[in-house]
Amino acid sequence: MSIQHTAAAHIHRDDVASRMGMWLFLFTELLLFGGMFILYSVYRFTHPQDFHLAAKELNTVIGTFNTAILLTSSLTMALSIAAIQRRQKTLSIIFQLITILLAFGFMVNKYFEWGAKFHHGIYPGSDTLLSKPSGEILFFGLYYVMTGLHGLHVIIGVVIIAFMTVFTLRDVITHDNYVKLEAAGLYWHLVDIIWIFLFPLFYLIT
Amino acid sequence: MSNENTLSNNENDVSYLEYKGKHSGILGWLLSTDHKRIGLLYLISLSVFLIVGVTFGFLMRLELLTPGRTIMDPQTYNSIFTLHGVIMIFLFVVPGLPAVFGNFFLPILIGARDVAFPRLNLLSWYLYAVGGLLAILSILLPGGPADTGWTFYIPYSVRTNTNVIPALFAAFILGFSSILTGVNFVTTVHRMRAPGMDWFKMPLSVWSLYATAWVQILATPIIGITLLLVAVERIFGVGLFDPALGGDPVLYQHLFWIYSHPAVYIMILPAMGVVSEIIPVFAHRTIFGYRFIAMSSIAIALFGSLVWAHHMFTAGMSDTGQLIFSLLTMIVAIPSAIKVFNWVATLYKGSIDLQPPMLYVLAFIFQFSIGGLTGVMQGVLSVDIQVHDTSFIVAHFHYVMFGGTGFGFFAALHYWFPKMFGKMYNIKLAKRVFWAMFVGFNTLYFPMFIMGWLGMPRRYYDYLPEYQIYHVISTIGSWILVPALFLMFGNFIYALFKGAKVTEKNVWGGETLEWQIATPPVHENFIDIPIVTESPYQYKDNELVLQTQEAK
Repeated sequence: MSIQHTAAAHIHRDDVASRMGMWLFLFTELLLFGGMFILYSVYRFTHPQDFHLAAKELNTVIGTFNTAILLTSSLTMALSIAAIQRRQKTLSIIFQLITILLAFGFMVNKYFEWGAKFHHGIYPGSDTLLSKPSGEILFFGLYYVMTGLHGLHVIIGVVIIAFMTVFTLRDVITHDNYVKLEAAGLYWHLVDIIWIFLFPLFYLIT
Repeated sequence: MSNENTLSNNENDVSYLEYKGKHSGILGWLLSTDHKRIGLLYLISLSVFLIVGVTFGFLMRLELLTPGRTIMDPQTYNSIFTLHGVIMIFLFVVPGLPAVFGNFFLPILIGARDVAFPRLNLLSWYLYAVGGLLAILSILLPGGPADTGWTFYIPYSVRTNTNVIPALFAAFILGFSSILTGVNFVTTVHRMRAPGMDWFKMPLSVWSLYATAWVQILATPIIGITLLLVAVERIFGVGLFDPALGGDPVLYQHLFWIYSHPAVYIMILPAMGVVSEIIPVFAHRTIFGYRFIAMSSIAIALFGSLVWAHHMFTAGMSDTGQLIFSLLTMIVAIPSAIKVFNWVATLYKGSIDLQPPMLYVLAFIFQFSIGGLTGVMQGVLSVDIQVHDTSFIVAHFHYVMFGGTGFGFFAALHYWFPKMFGKMYNIKLAKRVFWAMFVGFNTLYFPMFIMGWLGMPRRYYDYLPEYQIYHVISTIGSWILVPALFLMFGNFIYALFKGAKVTEKNVWGGETLEWQIATPPVHENFIDIPIVTESPYQYKDNELVLQTQEAK
């Protein structure tokens, strides 16, 4: 067994490939939500009146607040990458932790928002909802599914960023090898941009 | 095609089959990120599901031997055709060639040591395994296996009491596995090609795998979300597609086919790549129209993504929509035909060597042409109304999926088996099995064209006595085909243990990179990364073949 050199020779690093892989994955995420945006467009087209009425039930204030939170978290995420590029490890970790904190804030708001809807009896399969016209049933169905799946992505994002914080602490992510953090950042901006579309479609257009 | 000096392999190096990494024994396989070992993991798991799928198909055929009950009740029959579809589509044909031969040979064909993301590659296999287990669970759990057909059409899929949820999640997870493989392959082709290998020096199977990977990335998420929505609708009663809650079931069909039609090209494109790879080797000629074949893969991927609604001509659609989708459907036939003509032109005046891989490839061309042309017939609006949901459709897609992709898979297996395992199967037996398979296949599926044209509906448990003669012929075909399949696998398994050892690098006289490395390949594929200077398939008056034969 003379040749066992391969384990070391095998490790190769290609940041361009990593970034490319991440972008391709983000395309698939966009398409995943794209399927639901198609549903939304079609049903909005077929039931304009019902969608108009149902949208009035949503709380624009909480929605706006959450938009601000998520946009800020995108900023802190970008800042954490800028910090690590400038060899400021502690600052980068602080920005990552702020991002996680803001994500929690978003989820807490979401919890109260959904909770209020449940309190009013508007949830899938409830008698209140089923007695409404079919367009409103569809609206709230899409509302729960789309914001729900988006919320799931926020939670996944928190887990990923938490891992990145550990990596930064352990110097796996450094000023000359930060492609992991960059990929996590890309993912987080995707979560952000999906919300940027969800917010007007559900809360602002009435 | 490459510099001989850079490829001088170290004789002491062990093959990937014997390589000992961090883990040993079974873990050395289950935790290996070596693309070759992952390819073999896929080969084993896919073969198991193929046998399960074939068994269900065989039972279906047996049930249809006589009108009324033959061996099972109608509910069992519904479950069995669903399982046959789900297993064959999601667990065999879609992952099929890319997962097994793509994983094993894509890096080697472009002169790389592995794919771009080896760990992601292993994760894809685990997702595949989980999806497969869920599919098995859906059979075993109380409630009974799903009986919706593999299409999970709304509203039945939200009303039936069978285990639709596990089946849906199985398909969702398998889709995820497929997406990750696609991401991996696109990045690999972009970033890992050996020095000198520009886009038009890539072997044609790499082109087809590349086009396939793009379809996997761009189409699969849509089915992922659609099936997830059906699951959500079933579990929580959220109104999305169910007409009772205001939803639109036709919208479900659109979303389903936006993926599931391009998926057809995920299945057939890699097989076309294999055909383009094998034909020049056994005709001892340079491939005719390299650029046309390469570009037609991209064209198929592109147009194939825009034709989904031809599955729904009878489901209710505007006339304009029907016309456009009908036209686009016919356009897809053009790049497919370009490939067929180029293959035939390559064969012209070649010195054709009828080895088992070549036989399967020739059968591919014959059967794919029948399957493809009947597909164009179905794209014609007026004809589609006659044949929609009849066994004509079943015959059509089995000619493409089985007669095309299936035979392409077997061709690839016969072609690359000696390279993968360093063993040779019984060639004489393989040729005989091929003929049995060819006869069995056509006996099984051709009568379906006729009875479908006469009005025999697909998925029906019972039928009128005038169709029985076709059903009997078809079932007899299955009695030829299935034993032939088992013989083929038997031949391979026997060869693994007792087959003649192959150590020479180039058994068939191929001109691509995999034939210039050790048999079986070493763990790193290439000791030194090759430098590519020529286009693939440069056969100069059969020189290379003669040289290798003299060298023996």
